[in-house]
Amino acid sequence: MNITATLLAQSVVFLIFVWFCHRFIWPFLRQAMRERQKTIADGLEAAEQAQKDLELAQERADAKLREAREEARQIVDQARGQATQMIEQARAEAREEGERLKQAAAAEVEQDVNRVKEALRAQVAALAVQGAERILSASIDRRRHSELLDRLAGEL
Amino acid sequence: MAESSGEYIQHHLTNLTYGRHPDGTWGFAANAQEAGDMGFVAINVDSMGWAVALGLLFCIVFRIAASRATAGVPGRLQNAVEMLVDFIDDTVSSIFNHRNELIAPLALTIFVWVFLMNLMDLVPVDWIPQLAHALGVPFMKVVPTTDPNVTMGMALTVFALILFYSVRQKGPVGFLKELAFHPFPKILAPINFILEGVTLLAKPLSLGLRLFGNLYAGEMIFILIALMYSGWMIGVFGGVLQWAWAVFHVLIITLQAFIFAVLTVVYLAQAYEVEEEH
Repeated sequence: MNITATLLAQSVVFLIFVWFCHRFIWPFLRQAMRERQKTIADGLEAAEQAQKDLELAQERADAKLREAREEARQIVDQARGQATQMIEQARAEAREEGERLKQAAAAEVEQDVNRVKEALRAQVAALAVQGAERILSASIDRRRHSELLDRLAGEL
Repeated sequence: MAESSGEYIQHHLTNLTYGRHPDGTWGFAANAQEAGDMGFVAINVDSMGWAVALGLLFCIVFRIAASRATAGVPGRLQNAVEMLVDFIDDTVSSIFNHRNELIAPLALTIFVWVFLMNLMDLVPVDWIPQLAHALGVPFMKVVPTTDPNVTMGMALTVFALILFYSVRQKGPVGFLKELAFHPFPKILAPINFILEGVTLLAKPLSLGLRLFGNLYAGEMIFILIALMYSGWMIGVFGGVLQWAWAVFHVLIITLQAFIFAVLTVVYLAQAYEVEEEH
């Protein structure tokens, strides 16, 4: 266990190994580690960004959906309103038409009645004249008394 | 086991030394006595061999991971290596607040390399020496960090870096001023200088000796436990002991590697800091 030249040899060898490590080992490992660190950090950031984008898209989709639903509701409401209106209108038209038909029918009936009345009146006048002829047996001049007979027929 | 306990321990604590014999010839030392006679002009071949091999292991494995490193999904090796790198990077950036691209790789190298060298302590103490013996190699210390040459060598490099960065950050005059005008007023500059000089020298000394002491003690206990394998009953007891000590040692080797790395960073951070004058 003497102090020998081993001491100096070891010093030199030590320096060589340190130099080797400094030159050929350490920088490469640190470089790779730094790069990986950066890659991972970037990846995490990208993932976070994607998450944010996803949330944003979800929100946008929700908004679109809400809008569409609202629009659909409006359309349905509008259609319902229109339908009601149409029904109402049709009902009014139908009522009007009915009224008109009723009136026409009434007018026709009245006309018929009047015609029948006229006919009856004429027949009654004739019958009355016939009767009076039979009773008075020709003593009455048809021409002279026609005014009288017309008045009679008009009173019927 | 033919040898006595003393010889066994002695054998385990002797490095395989190559150097210049006192008579001028070069060769391996046949025993501890011859190794001692060689003086400074010698190399502990086993310590250096294992240290370099483990350092190369670190360099190769981490280089493979580094060259294959992608920003994509990491594989198992890359994951493990990156965990270490991240751990060291966090530790360094919490201690060292200045801009220096060398500090973190330095800490990583220290931590992994010292850990690997310490890890050799968990290999049962006889395996590799016995194998080496069978191959004709007389001595084989497999844990480089139990060799003070290795730990102090690293501490010396750290010390050189401390001096280098101190002078670079503060200038030679600024550095000397810091040593002389601190902690007492300027009149007591010599005393300051001695105090600060000791503080400065204590840094590499404690750094190297702490690692060496911990690992040497640990290794010694493993060797002592290994001595128990001579008898049946006591051998079983020794096995249990060895297992328990190894489990505890896992903590020690990791902790010591970490302490060496962190203290290096702390010392270098201090070298960067400009203290206010008194």
